[in-house]
This record gives sequence, structure tokens and C-alpha cells, in this order.
Amino acid sequence: MSKGAAAPVISVEGLCKRFGEREALRGVGFAVRGGELVAIVGPNGAGKTTLLSILAGVQRPTAGTVAGPGSGRAAGWAPQQPALYGKLSVAENLRLFARLEGLADPEAAVARMLAQTGLGERAGERVERLSGGNRQRVNVALGLIADPPALALDEPTSALDPGQRERLWRFVGELARAGTAVLFSTHHLGEVRRHATRAIVLADGELLFDGTPARLIAATGGEHDFEGAFVAFLAARGH
Amino acid sequence: MRWLLAKDLVILRRSRLLVAILVIYPIAIALLIGLAISRSPGKPSVAIVDETPPGQTIGVGGRRVEVGRYAEQVFDQVRPVRVGSREQAVKDIEDGRVLAAVVIPRDIAAKVSSGVSQGSVEVLYNGNALEQSLVQAQLSSALAQANLGFSEQIQRAASQAIGALIEGGNAQVLGAPPNMIGLSQIPARLRRLIARTPPGAEREQLRRIEAFATFANQNLGAARSVLATIGQPIQIRSTPIQGRRTPLNTFAVVVAVSVSLMFVCVLLAAGGLALEREEHVLARILRGPPAPGPPALLSREGLLAEKLLLAGACGFVLALAMLVGVGAFVSLDWSRFAGWLVALACGAVAFGALGVAIGALAREVRAASLLAFGLALPLAFLALVPSGAVAHGIYMAISAISFAFPFKAALQALDAAVNGASPGLGVSVAHLLGLSVLFAALARLGMRRLE
Repeated sequence: MSKGAAAPVISVEGLCKRFGEREALRGVGFAVRGGELVAIVGPNGAGKTTLLSILAGVQRPTAGTVAGPGSGRAAGWAPQQPALYGKLSVAENLRLFARLEGLADPEAAVARMLAQTGLGERAGERVERLSGGNRQRVNVALGLIADPPALALDEPTSALDPGQRERLWRFVGELARAGTAVLFSTHHLGEVRRHATRAIVLADGELLFDGTPARLIAATGGEHDFEGAFVAFLAARGH
Repeated sequence: MRWLLAKDLVILRRSRLLVAILVIYPIAIALLIGLAISRSPGKPSVAIVDETPPGQTIGVGGRRVEVGRYAEQVFDQVRPVRVGSREQAVKDIEDGRVLAAVVIPRDIAAKVSSGVSQGSVEVLYNGNALEQSLVQAQLSSALAQANLGFSEQIQRAASQAIGALIEGGNAQVLGAPPNMIGLSQIPARLRRLIARTPPGAEREQLRRIEAFATFANQNLGAARSVLATIGQPIQIRSTPIQGRRTPLNTFAVVVAVSVSLMFVCVLLAAGGLALEREEHVLARILRGPPAPGPPALLSREGLLAEKLLLAGACGFVLALAMLVGVGAFVSLDWSRFAGWLVALACGAVAFGALGVAIGALAREVRAASLLAFGLALPLAFLALVPSGAVAHGIYMAISAISFAFPFKAALQALDAAVNGASPGLGVSVAHLLGLSVLFAALARLGMRRLE
């Protein structure tokens, strides 16, 4: 299944989010096309989770717009901590959310996600008995159950060991190759360099950079690796 | 909503320990409360040391009352254990075989008969402050009953002696002459004698005696009437102000079922909602479109309604099963069955609403469960505090708290449905529905915090 790569699947304009006096997002705008793997990076409190949760419809923006290609939900969502029912099996979790999403054929969606995540053999196993890596795969699968054009992943690898991280990135890479736009936040900047096709840098709710990781390195003189370039970039802007 | 309901039922089925606790704990608590209410305190076990010689009597106006009658009156009020001596009684108390001992002294008859000093009995007891208080209260009541019974016998003897003086005849009074003339007959006989006596000093003397006899007859008659009423000067006639009287055992059933209904509904609703938060699923379920588009997977109101429905249905089924099960042992009016259903359903909804409010305010299952337990137990006990048992101000505060939570209203609704007690079912149901709306609104507000 390949989704169109030309038209943006998400267009964000003038996005603002206030929590009382604090401004979590300030006029953020960008567009993402199908197949892009976009890393949202920034220091703690930059607004990464807020941005992803607005794209996923978990929170409402105070101002600004988020537009998708159709009338459906713009982005599927996989929160940082797996949002799953531990007492239900993998298949039961998938089936429940397929039904809640109102899919015409929930069983087909369950079969598709089991195949896509490679969890077919674990379909009947209770989620509470799965490893952290497999739980995260189910978490991502739930975000994809309605076949959204984009997927928002909030720090998907933060609780995973290196092997589990590698398997997850393989899976995410296949999604992107199949045409799904993937936006993810992370503090592992090595992952940005290796896997992201594009990086968006946020600090204090402001979008400071939007381009390829290589461009960010170049923007700081090309003397650093990505992590060094990121730190230098923020320091140059007072962060 | 039905898929979420089905999911919760699956999770419940797989949480066997939770289900066992949810069923067993409230039933155990309910049975304990029910037993405590339905069983009046048993008679205290008391050692009786009767030092009076057998057959000793107290003389009252020439009649005799056996001192042993006093001991019999005491025996009726307690579970008596006859012991031979004061020392043995003290040992029995110390060993815990009896709660207390009553020593009836050898000289009690002489003291009562003297008319100068009161007879007295000695009470011995042991234990901590609470036990002493309980034993003292029970014994005081028992001895007061015994005193009353014994004094009635003495009054009866005194009344009979006065009667013999007034009526005359062959009185069964010690030392009375046979065919004795009664005081009531003397004035008439004297008047006949006076009529036959010529005027003079002797006739005047007879007139004075006749006047005294008339006066004495009238006043002794009044004294007899007073003696007849003084034993129990005020009779007690009980009339319930509203509704019909609820038998204690069926009220205990109502309390037990209400407690179970509350525990299951409140705990399940609170825990169920908090579990969604704890599993981090809430945001996933409630997320809507970032821009105009399809609605959220489930609305916040829908989620609250689902938890309320699940908890209410489980509590309703358990409570109805309890009521029907108990109905096999306790006589219940089955013609009121429809009323039972209404009361249980409204109670379940109100408790469910309280539960979701707790679940929305507490962010995790443990906090929600603790809060639910911490609230439910005192609510049940406060609702059972009778008026007059505490100071007026405290009772008013208790009443206000009980009014603001659903337990008392549910108890009254079920009591009205099962026993026809007041206030009527309609009033209690309206109260429950009002509280349901209030707590559901609180839960909706609390959802913001939960998200």
C-alpha cells in the first residue's frame, strides 16, 4: 500500500497552545508529506509532546490550524508510555480499537496489523506478559489500526534496549516506505541522524529549524556530529 | 460504548481476585452489620451470691414477702451463675467465667423491714474501661428491672394490708382477728349508734369518732390507689409517627444489601475509570480530531456512562441476588418485588455516579480504591446513627453529610421498597436521582483533571 507523496498529509499553520500563562507552542507551522520520517527534537519543555498530541487530536490548539488530506483524523498516535489494556491479548486490543474507530472490517484490520508488526504468533498473548519492545510495537499498531496517513510517535524508543530499538526502527522505516508520514519526538539524536529524513527543532514552543539533519550540521559549520550541531545550534540562539 | 463495556467485562472475568474481593468483602461487611443490628445484646453472665437464709421474709404491714423473690428477679434479667461465696464470685470474675457478680447480703431483709435504712446489694466487676462501662450499664438496667419487680410485690402486700383494714372480714394478714370489722363499715354503724344515743357528752364523743373513721377511710382508700399506680406510674404505648414499623431483622437485611450495593458500585466505578488513566488509554479513547472531522472515539460523557452502567449493573445483580437469597430465610413481602427493583436500580445509579466522581478525582486505581473505601465505610456507619444517640449539633452534621451522599437515601429507598417504611419510595428515589446528577456532573468536571 503506497500513499501519495506529493500532497501534504498534514499542514500546520500558526499553531499556538497555552497552559494558563505558559505558552507551550508559539505560531508553529510546517507541512509533512507521505513517506517522510520527521524528527521533532528540542530540549525538555520545548513543546514536542504538546505538538504531537495536538496532531493526534489528544489536545486542542489554542490557536492555529491542523489540516489533513481528507476529513479523517490527521495522525495516528502512539504515546510515550504504551496505552494498552494489559489484561487483554494483543488481538483483543487491536480488535477493540478497530471497533472503536468504527472500521468496516475490524477483523481484517487486526489481521493486517498483526502481519505488519510481526506479532501474529503473539496474537493471543496478554499484553501484560509481553516484553517492553513488543508492547511498544502493539502501541504503534494501535496508532495505525485505522490506516492513518500520518503517525505521531512520542519518544517511541525511550524505554527500549538497543535490539528492541533497532527492530522498531525497521518497522517504522517500512511504514514510511509504504507512504505513511511518521513524526516522532526523541532525545536520542543519533536516531535522528540515522533514521529521520527531516528534523524540526523546537525550543520554548518556537520552531527554530525545519530541514534535513545534514542541513542542521551544515548550518553550524559542519564541524560537529548531529548531536554537537544540535547543541551548538540551540546555544547560538540562547537555549 | 458497548465495545468498551464488553472489554471491561472481559477484564473483570480475568481479574478473579478483584471479583472475589468485590463480592466477598461487601457481603462479609454487610453480614456483620446485619448481625450486629438484628441480634439484641445477650444477657450478661453474672454470678449471684445469695447470702440470705432460705425462706427469709420481709414484713410489710403484717404480710410477708420472701427475700428469695428478689434473687429470682435478678436471675430473670441476667444469665445467672449461682456461687456459694463472695470469694468464689471474685475468682469467677477474674477467670473471665462471668462478667460481674451480685452479692445479696444476709441482712437485706432486716434493713428493708426496718423502714429506716435501704437494703443494698454489692456489685463486683472487672475488665478495662470499656468492659466496665458495658457491664455497669447492663447490670444497672438488670438491677433496676429486678428492683422494680420486687418493689411491685412489696407494694402489692402493702396494698392488701390496707385493703384488709378498709374492708375487714377474714383478712389473710398475720395477726388479724377473724371476721374483723373494716374501717369502711365503721362510720355507718356509728351513725346508727349515735341516732339511738341521747344527747350529751357520750353522743358528742361518738360523733367525733365517726368523723375520724370517715376521714381515715377516705384517706386510706386514696393511699391504696396511689400504691397501685406507683409501681408503674407511667405506662408506655408505642406509636410510629410515619409509615409502618420495620421489623429489626428485615431492616438488617436492607442494611446488609445497601452496604453491598454501595461497595460494589462505588469501588467498581471508581477503579474502572481510574484504570483507564493508569493504563494510559484514556487519551487514546477520548482523542478527537485536531481539526473539524469525525468525532472522538468515545465522548467523555459516554465513557462516564459506560463505567456507571458497568458498576451499577454488577452492583444491582449482586444486591438483588442477596435480597432474593436472604428472602429464603427471612420473611419478606414479595408483592413489593417491583419496588425492590426500582430502589436497587436507583441506588446502583447513585452509587455508580459517586464512584465515577471518585475515579475522576483520583488519578490511579490504588488512590481511587482507598478513597472509595475511606468514604463508603463512614457513610454506612453515619447513616445508621440514630437521633438522640449523639448531641443535637453532631446529629445535624451527620444528617447533612448523610444527605449529601447516596447511602442513607438508598437505605431509605430499599427500606421503603421492602418494608413500606417512610419516607416513601418516591421521595428517596427522587433524592437518589438528584445525587446521581450531582455526582455525574462532578465526575465530568473531574475528567479534566484525569486527562
